[in-house]
Amino acid sequence: MVTLNDYLIASGILFAIGFAGVLLRRNVIIIFMALELMLNAANLSLIGFARYNVHDGLPDYNGQVLAFFIITVAAAEVTVGLAIIVALFRARQTTHIEDINTLKF
Amino acid sequence: MSPLLFWIFVAIMLFFGGMVVLNRNPVASALSLVLSFLALAALYVSLDAYFLGVIQVLVYAGAVMVLFLFIIMLLDLRAESRRRVNFPAVCGGFVVILLFIAVLSDVSLRFQGGNAKFQAIAQGPQGDVWHVGMVLFQQYNIPLQVVGTLILVASIGVVILSKRELK
Repeated sequence: MVTLNDYLIASGILFAIGFAGVLLRRNVIIIFMALELMLNAANLSLIGFARYNVHDGLPDYNGQVLAFFIITVAAAEVTVGLAIIVALFRARQTTHIEDINTLKF
Repeated sequence: MSPLLFWIFVAIMLFFGGMVVLNRNPVASALSLVLSFLALAALYVSLDAYFLGVIQVLVYAGAVMVLFLFIIMLLDLRAESRRRVNFPAVCGGFVVILLFIAVLSDVSLRFQGGNAKFQAIAQGPQGDVWHVGMVLFQQYNIPLQVVGTLILVASIGVVILSKRELK
């Protein structure tokens, strides 16, 4: 029997993997992919809770619609982020974050 | 969905999620991300969210990942050469992640409601997409239009960012 906790743990571990990618990798594009993993982990737990909270024989569609909005905003974020990476690469010829430290305190 | 299939898809999702982080070659990372997202779409379907499963495949595994691969090949990124690792930063990263997993497992062990079986649902003849559409266009009509505007703004922003000379 698969329970909500199983989905939540899977989602949490996926989030931790994405978090590890953001903290440990030094390539901007890989960091960006790890960010997408974290967004998707949040979506998985949202849809799990939506399925868990049953009203009148229907899952809670508010959670699914929120996940839909997250997917949409994430798609917009990816386009802008990749455009910024391309502009950065044109200016600096690198995607390595240790070479991009102008704003570092 | 049977527990066996659930665990198979969770294993695929987590394994290829890990490969995204561990691969040194960006193209291999991007392809691992596609497989991870496909397994995630299967998990959405197992939660009776058919519409979101389809959207996940179309938007993430389709559009977003093509964009990633396109940019990786455009920039001609090769496998990273090994650099001297910043040892304290790596240790700090692992400590933060282990703490996160510890807190997470503590919370899920205490959350007793999550061990109950999922209640049966009856979506009727309309099916999943009909219900999502009703909620989306009736209750969330204004947010939907705001998100549409956001996408328009994002696409205009990308065109301006991609100009050769930023003024």
